[in-house]
Amino acid sequence: MELNRNWHTIKAIFLRELTGYFGSAIAYVFIVIFLVLCGFFTFSISNFYDAGQADLRSFFEWHPWIFLFLVPAVAMRLWADERKSGTLEILLTLPVTLTEAVLAKFLAAWVFIGVALCLTFPMPLTAMYLGGPDAGAMVSGYLGSLFLGGAYLAVGSMTSALTKNQVISFVLSVVICLFLVLVGWPPVTNFLTGWAPSWLIATVEGFSIWSHFVSMQRGVLDLRDLVYYLSLIFFALYGTGVIIETRKSA
Amino acid sequence: MIEAKNLGKWFGQNKVVDSISFTVKKGEILGFLGPNAAGKSTTMRMITGYLAPNTGTALIGGHDVCQAPIAARRLLGYLPENAPVYPDMTVRAFLDFIAQIRGFSGKSRAAAVERTLEKCFLTEVKNQITSTLSKGFKQRVCFAQSILHDPEYLVMDEPTDGLDPNQKHEVRSMIREMGREKAILLSTHILEEVDAVCTRAVIIAKGKIMADDTPERLRRRSRLSGAVSLRVQTNDTNPLVAELEKLTGVAKVEVVEKTRDSAVLRAFPAQGAEALPDRLLRHLAQGGHRLESFSVETGRLDEVFRNITMPQKAA
Repeated sequence: MELNRNWHTIKAIFLRELTGYFGSAIAYVFIVIFLVLCGFFTFSISNFYDAGQADLRSFFEWHPWIFLFLVPAVAMRLWADERKSGTLEILLTLPVTLTEAVLAKFLAAWVFIGVALCLTFPMPLTAMYLGGPDAGAMVSGYLGSLFLGGAYLAVGSMTSALTKNQVISFVLSVVICLFLVLVGWPPVTNFLTGWAPSWLIATVEGFSIWSHFVSMQRGVLDLRDLVYYLSLIFFALYGTGVIIETRKSA
Repeated sequence: MIEAKNLGKWFGQNKVVDSISFTVKKGEILGFLGPNAAGKSTTMRMITGYLAPNTGTALIGGHDVCQAPIAARRLLGYLPENAPVYPDMTVRAFLDFIAQIRGFSGKSRAAAVERTLEKCFLTEVKNQITSTLSKGFKQRVCFAQSILHDPEYLVMDEPTDGLDPNQKHEVRSMIREMGREKAILLSTHILEEVDAVCTRAVIIAKGKIMADDTPERLRRRSRLSGAVSLRVQTNDTNPLVAELEKLTGVAKVEVVEKTRDSAVLRAFPAQGAEALPDRLLRHLAQGGHRLESFSVETGRLDEVFRNITMPQKAA
């Protein structure tokens, strides 16, 4: 009974959000920019054809950077908009729990990013046409990108809950996500190697999205990576709930 | 029953609401009055479970809004201040979303949306995006949202704000109609609204309840209540005032207004005086004075409101 109600509520909010995305221009602008950037980086910067390899590494390796700007742009309206238009007060006085609302909104945005990722299907098709790519690596690569998007999105949901100004939310979440990527990015970790103890380097790297992302691109579906992404998403969404609860009157 | 029990709220160092308690029974329409920043909206937000109170709690139909928020909210309809609606949806899609969340499904969902559209005169705009609607329509869409599930309890923060006089009239008659079976709490700073719809009024100032009474009884607290105003043709008021003040039952006579050949006087009854209008009329007729108008004051809510909310400034 209670689970049934949870499910109905989440479904209602989820569908409202999703139709909201596709009903506005943002969705199409996002998808087009995402696809264009993916194509540009893969073919023009990484020289996909010249590499002579039928795999998608040169396609996936750009996702942390492309998502870094696009995902916060999707996430920034999640809560800031509700706060600005005052509908937060309606939503949270309906028979809806905060968990349901946070989860439903997050899932809607995540599904939207998933749709954008699915639309890159010509990439694997091209690779398959050119040679026999490792299907497992492709699947794990896509999963890695999806979780990467989810992690950025959860951070964006948290910054969006902070303010009614979407621009502030966007900038904050780009900075936080950039930090999460950079602490594990080779140029930064190289700076540490040589003087810092190895356990420190490992710890810093362990917090980074980068190292977890890279291992999934290699086709290694490690439980630890999934746990990392899921716990990052969990904590950021939990933070979203706490922020909304404590800043309702703001 | 809507029950507020010792509700209190601080914002930082400011005590915005200070231990407010009252109840609204079914069949009652309680008007929540107060100057701006008196804590009306904050109190309503605590009753609806949007803001967590620092002290006390509220019960909706016996369900504690802090302990059992979902059960309480199910019985409640809420129209927030400024009537927010999702800007990117059509009126119908918005109400459909609310119906879904309220647990309607299938045919009953469509029926509930249709019924509400009709009840709130929204049928003509049902396919319009809400951000393109005028303030009055938005107000009605949000109003529709609050009554879609035909709740037993309604909380409305300034329900007629931004409406034109005709729409105000419609909304008020709707509220009066619903008030027969439901318990309704509405806030307003329009005093005529209290007279028009409320069966009881609570006046708050600086977060505290200053008065809780029926509009009639509140009006009787007015200095003017029971006084008689009369316009007489005369060019010299002094003898007349002296003459009237000598009458039994008259405590005091004031000159309210004076023109070249007529004056408005106001006679206040003495404690326990009866039949003052009759006595005044007889006296004036006998004395051969020409009366232009004559009326008995019922008291003014605005005056009572001012006295209660800013006692130091009231004359």
